[in-house]
Amino acid sequence: MANRIVVDPITRIEGHLRIEAEVKEGKIVDAYSSGTMIRGFELILKGRDPRDAWAFTERACGVCTTVHALASVRAVEDALDITVPPNAELVRNLMFCAQYLQDHVVHFYHLHALDWVDVVSALKADPKKTSEIAQSISSWPKSSPKYFADVQKRLTAFVNSGQLGIFANGYWGHAAYKLPAEVNLLGTAHYLEALEWQKEVVKVHTIFGGKNPHPNYLVGGVPCSVNLDESNALNAERLAYVGTLFEQAVEFVEKVYLPDLLAVASFYKDWGGIGSGLPNYLAYGDLPVHGFKNTKDFKFPRGAILDRDLSHVHEVDGKNTEQVQEFIKHSWYEYSSGDDSGKHPWDGETQLKYSGPKPPYEHLDVDAKYSWLKTPRWKGHPMEVGPLARLLVAYASGRADVKEVVDGALKALDVPVTALFSTLGRTAARGLETKLIAGWSKEFYNQLLANIKNGDTRMFNSERWDPSTWPKEAKGVGLSEAPRGALAHWIVIKDGKIANYQLVVPSTWNASPRDAKGQRSAYEAALLGTPVKNPDQPLELLRTIHSFDPCIACAVHLYDEKGRYIHQINTF
Amino acid sequence: MSDTRLTMWEYAQIQGYSRRDFLRFCGWLAAAAGIEASGVGQVVKAMETKPRLPVVWFHFQECTCCSESFIRSSHPIVSDIVLDKISLDYTETLQAAAGHQAEEALHATMKKYKGEYLMLVEGSIPTEADGVYCCIGGRTALDIVKEAAAGAKAVVAWGSCASHGCIQAARPNPTGATPVHKVVSGIPIINVPGCPPIAEVMAGVVVHLLAFERPPLLDGLNRPKAFYSRRIHDTCYRRPNYDAGLFVETFDDESAKRGYCLYKMGCRGPVTYNACGVMRWNNGVSYPIQSGHNCIGCTEENFWDNGPFYQHLASFPGFGIESTADTVGVTVGLVTAAGIAAHAISTNIRKRKLIQEGVKESGNARTDKEGGA
Repeated sequence: MANRIVVDPITRIEGHLRIEAEVKEGKIVDAYSSGTMIRGFELILKGRDPRDAWAFTERACGVCTTVHALASVRAVEDALDITVPPNAELVRNLMFCAQYLQDHVVHFYHLHALDWVDVVSALKADPKKTSEIAQSISSWPKSSPKYFADVQKRLTAFVNSGQLGIFANGYWGHAAYKLPAEVNLLGTAHYLEALEWQKEVVKVHTIFGGKNPHPNYLVGGVPCSVNLDESNALNAERLAYVGTLFEQAVEFVEKVYLPDLLAVASFYKDWGGIGSGLPNYLAYGDLPVHGFKNTKDFKFPRGAILDRDLSHVHEVDGKNTEQVQEFIKHSWYEYSSGDDSGKHPWDGETQLKYSGPKPPYEHLDVDAKYSWLKTPRWKGHPMEVGPLARLLVAYASGRADVKEVVDGALKALDVPVTALFSTLGRTAARGLETKLIAGWSKEFYNQLLANIKNGDTRMFNSERWDPSTWPKEAKGVGLSEAPRGALAHWIVIKDGKIANYQLVVPSTWNASPRDAKGQRSAYEAALLGTPVKNPDQPLELLRTIHSFDPCIACAVHLYDEKGRYIHQINTF
Repeated sequence: MSDTRLTMWEYAQIQGYSRRDFLRFCGWLAAAAGIEASGVGQVVKAMETKPRLPVVWFHFQECTCCSESFIRSSHPIVSDIVLDKISLDYTETLQAAAGHQAEEALHATMKKYKGEYLMLVEGSIPTEADGVYCCIGGRTALDIVKEAAAGAKAVVAWGSCASHGCIQAARPNPTGATPVHKVVSGIPIINVPGCPPIAEVMAGVVVHLLAFERPPLLDGLNRPKAFYSRRIHDTCYRRPNYDAGLFVETFDDESAKRGYCLYKMGCRGPVTYNACGVMRWNNGVSYPIQSGHNCIGCTEENFWDNGPFYQHLASFPGFGIESTADTVGVTVGLVTAAGIAAHAISTNIRKRKLIQEGVKESGNARTDKEGGA
């Protein structure tokens, strides 16, 4: 008889996620993932000015802030056939890179590390040994025995205070924690350092977009202007500031994040065989080098992989209505064409229809509908999206820089390529792409300086700013890669207003419930076989779920093509 | 686990901070909380004697931008404060525990520190359909917020979601998103609007509560006056361009490259109360207008429905005094002078009125809202 465990709230994520899992003989045999909060973005967007949509959709998520704004301006630019100036593309790329650098580091240390690092065990560490380990893996200067002794002293004071705050009730001492006390101390010290560090690199957003979280974007370019002879614009000082922020960020990634990742991973190699999940991977690709229309030149290529066949990358087209479709068989919505049909976002319809248990509830009725997330499919296939999908698509596309980084890590850890298809693989892929992005950010920065040096200071294309220049009706799609995976916005513009707007976001792909055919999405699939030694402390479940970096607030949405006020919730 | 609760000063000592560091920190706290130099001694005393305040942080209908902003708080020791010097006993974003262990930690604090803990709320509360649009641990946000508020010392409503509903409350508000103050009553509520609020504003509010054990002076909308009593327009470094009739006409035009006023691009600075112009963002690096984009008014109620964002304010009904300045940009020359004069006069009238209101309001506020939280 399987034992049903419920983890709600799943913490150290963005949004509200609930996992119900069946555990039998110490392993998860079935799992159900549910998004339990909804805000209704798409309905709210109807009738608004398309140029405002970036600001609305950016508020889908404050953790991966900027990514929805980028997808949104691209959707509008696609619909209105606007090409942004090269400098604007570079500034967007730099903001993209800054976001990834900050987001991936925060995920590793603040959202994921406590699944692998036992903070309480760090109290028993020998700071001298921690120092030796730190110095053997990195030249990062904060690595003296005294430094680690101070961190330990501080931690001891914290525990002795009797108020454990964010560390209260953790699964400390759980048998699945494998790191020596000294590495736990190293991880804890860097947890605190990373918290200090992360607030710096986001200043790239503040310089270009005025604030962070939620910097400003602009349809047709970026809002900041270049004027080397003016203190009110991007001048040498501002650009130098950006350069310094990137240098510091890259140093932290190379000297702290990546060495820590490899050090921690080396103790958890068995997780290279756990949490494999779906065999299909999808990436829309991003970081254009020669304009957004030249998809072949993206740093992250676009494509899909089926059945882990790395010899073939399938073409992905956001405008093909047969490719991306959303299903609602197990979601609290209804379709006029019935629960078994799927709909492309341009043709979609959604009617909220809560049919779950009346709160407070113990369990969801997982045989029926059980989530506010819809279920997206690519040509009918469930797809995993995220850092691993991006790297695999790039790897399979023969990108030399990606191959080098991936092969290097596999060699360093002495694990086979199949270890990538796992909980550990996802966590490692996130780190490896951070390394790639660190390198690419320098290229983009240098290119921006070169353009300005050559006299090109354009940041905005004003040709179609005025709605009177727009066609009566237009459709667009904005494809991007959020830190958590493939992100796309679809827009329909009529008479200068938003007639339809649809977001299909990474965590909708990964965290969604089953589809009409009963196929599991990525979280549910990856949890199968994940061990749970102690059902009261499902630490291992958290590892697999956190390896996806859940971000649920963006994943739930509603929309109604006829613009009706939908409140058909009075069914219970 | 012992029940001892260390004071901030004891705590700082254990952590190896010198007395000098500690005093400097207290000075910073005082500055951040908008306290005059003569009040620093009071801060030092408070920090020496106060144990760590138990804090619970809820997430409802939100995007976590407030939490993200909070951890951007710039002064190095501030992140220590939020991690260590308060006791953050429940926060879905950062805490190690999940599921029922997280809920247990929450309930332990609510029970043990009944009437003492500080409740921070990020996000609005959906009230339609009996609250099914946001459930945590099988319970509705509405249920949770009411239960937790009943035992809290005070509530801080972080950001525009908790303060006035923000984006999910925008037309047609499909889930019945509602701010905290409309579902909770009987305890002090401090609204800290913004999407998100500035990191140092958030830290400043916590610090004020911690050091003085009472809410900061609030305005009529329960916002701390220290950060929300000035219009962005009145503190904007581009204001002289406005007064001179120098406006950006299109993004990235010659005027934009010179940093002229963004009023005609739709700037909401004239109707938005926030500290962006004074404190700026991310440790003073910039703010939206400085980086070339108009203010979208993210601290104001219903700002999402007060659009479109790129349509300038004079076209809106009910917008009074600055409409004269709009004429300035359209026809330069003599009208400019007239416009400036008209604006200057109206501003002065407004200034006098504000001072009078301020005097009256602060008198009331002290009796109404400074009651010991």
